[in-house]
Amino acid sequence: MSINQSGWRPEMVAGSGNVPATSTGNTFTGNRALMLEEALIFEIGSTETTGVEVAAPVTTASKLGSLARTAPIGLPGLSEPETVRHYTRLSRQNYAIDLGLFPLGSCTMKHNPRLNEKMARLPGFADVHPLQPVDTVQGALAVINELAVWLIKLTGMHGVAMSPKAGAHGELCGILCIKAALEKRGEGHRKVVLVPESAHGTNPATAAFAGFQVEDIPATAEGRVDTAALKARLGPDVAAVMITNPNTCGLFERDLKEISDAVHEAGGYVYCDGANFNAIVGRVRPGDLGVDAMHINLHKTFSTPHGGGGPGSGPVVLSEALSPFGPLPFTERHGDGHITLVEEESVDDRHPDSFGRMVAFHGQMGMFTRALTYILSHGADGLRQVAEDAVLNANYVLRSLEDTLDAPFGGSGPCMHEALFSDANLADGFSTLDVAKGLIDEGYHPMTVYFPLVVHGAMLVEPTETESKAALDQFIGALRSVAERAKAGDTALKSAPHFAPRARLDETLAARKPVLTWKNPTPVAAAAE
Amino acid sequence: MRYLPLTQPDRDAMLSVIGVSSIDDLFVDVPEAARLDGPVHDLPNHASELAVERHMTALARQNTVAGEVPFFLGCGAYRHHVPASVDHLIQRGEFLTAYTPYQPEIAQGTLQMLFEFQTQVARLLGTDVANASMYDGSTACWEAIGMARRITKRGKAILSSGLHPHYVSVAKTMAKYTGDVLDTTSPWLVPELDIDRLIAAIDDDTSCVVVQYPDILGRIADLTPLADACHAKKALLIAVVTEPVALGAIRSPGEMDADIVVGEGQSLGVGLQFGGPYVGLFGCKDKYVRQMPGRLCGETVDANGKRGFVLTLSTREQHIRREKATSNICTNSGLCALAFSIHMTLLGEAGLRALAATNHAGAVTAAERLSQVPGVELVNDGFFNEFTLKLPVEARPVVRTLADRGILAGVSLGRLYPGEDALANGLVVAVTETTTAEDVETLAAALQEILA
Repeated sequence: MSINQSGWRPEMVAGSGNVPATSTGNTFTGNRALMLEEALIFEIGSTETTGVEVAAPVTTASKLGSLARTAPIGLPGLSEPETVRHYTRLSRQNYAIDLGLFPLGSCTMKHNPRLNEKMARLPGFADVHPLQPVDTVQGALAVINELAVWLIKLTGMHGVAMSPKAGAHGELCGILCIKAALEKRGEGHRKVVLVPESAHGTNPATAAFAGFQVEDIPATAEGRVDTAALKARLGPDVAAVMITNPNTCGLFERDLKEISDAVHEAGGYVYCDGANFNAIVGRVRPGDLGVDAMHINLHKTFSTPHGGGGPGSGPVVLSEALSPFGPLPFTERHGDGHITLVEEESVDDRHPDSFGRMVAFHGQMGMFTRALTYILSHGADGLRQVAEDAVLNANYVLRSLEDTLDAPFGGSGPCMHEALFSDANLADGFSTLDVAKGLIDEGYHPMTVYFPLVVHGAMLVEPTETESKAALDQFIGALRSVAERAKAGDTALKSAPHFAPRARLDETLAARKPVLTWKNPTPVAAAAE
Repeated sequence: MRYLPLTQPDRDAMLSVIGVSSIDDLFVDVPEAARLDGPVHDLPNHASELAVERHMTALARQNTVAGEVPFFLGCGAYRHHVPASVDHLIQRGEFLTAYTPYQPEIAQGTLQMLFEFQTQVARLLGTDVANASMYDGSTACWEAIGMARRITKRGKAILSSGLHPHYVSVAKTMAKYTGDVLDTTSPWLVPELDIDRLIAAIDDDTSCVVVQYPDILGRIADLTPLADACHAKKALLIAVVTEPVALGAIRSPGEMDADIVVGEGQSLGVGLQFGGPYVGLFGCKDKYVRQMPGRLCGETVDANGKRGFVLTLSTREQHIRREKATSNICTNSGLCALAFSIHMTLLGEAGLRALAATNHAGAVTAAERLSQVPGVELVNDGFFNEFTLKLPVEARPVVRTLADRGILAGVSLGRLYPGEDALANGLVVAVTETTTAEDVETLAAALQEILA
């Protein structure tokens, strides 16, 4: 038997399972009108219940031998109505772009057009197997190829590796290309990768994975890479520099071309973290700045949905120097329009320098169809407008709030697509976290907090181009109000959020005694023995 | 442009608040030589929804849709029926357009779902714990090899000949850079897995043995002796499951004492999608959890004592540990994990077992029928829903010819192992609940005609 108990559990109401509803807040169910609690499937489902009807198997002999499963698995099922309700209720405990401005810096939480979803679900894309003969998947290969051409032209680069599964995977692809290129040149001894202090954590993690030693490059007081320090460090042991541009302080690295030239002269390569490409798409081509490799997060700049933590997609554009080393598989379009797939079998004779395969199959096809749909919708003119509006919105936020919040690099010129603030002028005892949690009560997802690490109590606000002026004005008003409270020492902020489905959660407890899976409660009778 | 809400008067007003006269003033830090004076050349301008839809639909039509023809491909991606409610639910904007639950107070939906997903995956794989997903099975596999290196502080991994060749390729790529030594070989067209070879190869330098279950040819074997042999030498057993539906019918690798079990979760909820996005499953024994890659969701309480969920043990991860992280993975496969979890909830144990039974019976029937085609031999003794046929001729051209006739017959081993003559006649055939008896008959008849 399976009864959806609407999330009610005895322990939700203090002391008793039978506390009457009162005007002070306790309700019988633990719900509060539209704020609905929901129990776990393990509490409401049963292993006998199913929401799927499967045709009865034809009678045959078993070919499973002694491996046939006998022990129970412990997977609860729900009927379809219960399933729909369970996940719909859970969904309502999430903040999302569809609900409001989601200014999570560095993540580019822009509107996800629904046409992209519709196109990805066309059976010709959604219901195609990756190992079908290539003649039966020419349309799928054409999507990959067409998107590749757009990415190459928008970045001014020579080639692109389409298969990386997310930004960090793309970084790995770029770094492996660099490693392969160095080895081909007989310079595998170059072991150092220079990474600015302000970099995403994935940068040093990626370089370390590939066997490089990571060295920090300091930042200047204005929030940019210290070009002089970087140049001074270049030498025969340096393999590459990993630079984010626009950087994580929201500023354009105006010396990047000069840096690239110096790195190349010293025999190294330039990896650009393209997480922030949204700020410059259609305005600047990284290829013109001397970049050798840059990943593009399709889930950021090209609006494939973030999905609560993926899937992403991280194609890597490559310079002429690095293109021969890109991974398998890739597409080749021939004069007659036919597209072939270059896999292991054709690599030795025609692409001997490819560093190999990074994933089974062809990468994130479902993201390619969405990104291509997005790109075709915007076109070259619309994409330029994307960058301009994204930068305009961020500067509007920056200049509207710099009288209230400390903007550590406000004097460094315009920001790009994100505005950076710090906790410098909050009252004693008040932190960035308090501001973030206060914003939750105002109906917003907080900005990125405590990143980049180079700014104390960083608050990184990325409004994106898909916000209207009215939406920005309301957000600015809300953030100003919360900031004023934090400056005035309003203690109510210390326990915010007050109106969210949960108050602040005990992360220390979670880490000290990790409970990572549901354990069926010990039956009362057994526990008493 | 329909996705951009700012009007020109808005833009002008905002520029004035900022204190600049034009948008170009906001791009002054771009060196002059790198500034584009207009849209990137040689690319079309914006297009209406209708125009884009026409273009994309025309491309989609150039593909042969698996569901419209007799279809028998597997080898790491399987066509299963996904209930309509799965795709409806994952398109709830609160799931689709949320991100990594960095602010748990307003992300309990995603977090609770991940906790449920982790539990479902752990129970299915037979492990103590599972993480919140990896990119796919192939990347989960090499992450597991890296994890075994960290745990054992040894650098030699022995890969079963039955491991998916793309997974082997990925591991080889990564091993070049991590310094792991990989012991690999191609499979043989025989009924048995190479368990004895693997056991014989384990030595004091071995970090792990990696075995796929069912393997690339669809074969299954008891992993217990292999686990024992690994543990006797203090090596780890990593099991790879590319068809999770199989675990509704056969014992889980965890039950057979595998230390790390990884998998491709695409079969449930996700669909074929020409290879991605998919969802990597990653489970292990409790004692190894701090060496796991990827995100983990854990239970806790909020300030009012209410149960809630958070991302936890993040001191393993790149955003905290930077170059000392267990992996560089950040964004994973959240929405695919949701699809997997919803499909698994709809199935429940009873549904999963029924689904697995139907798959198995269909495959047994198909194997019998196809091996009656003159000249065709069934390689496997045991299998779940996928088996290997040995044709009297090279299989790859046969597959192409059948595709021309509108039949997607399976995966030829010539595609997966190019240049390996001993495997060239192999054809791997998968049968699921979506395969009809008519499909099997159509394939059998066409195969007979071509081989005659």
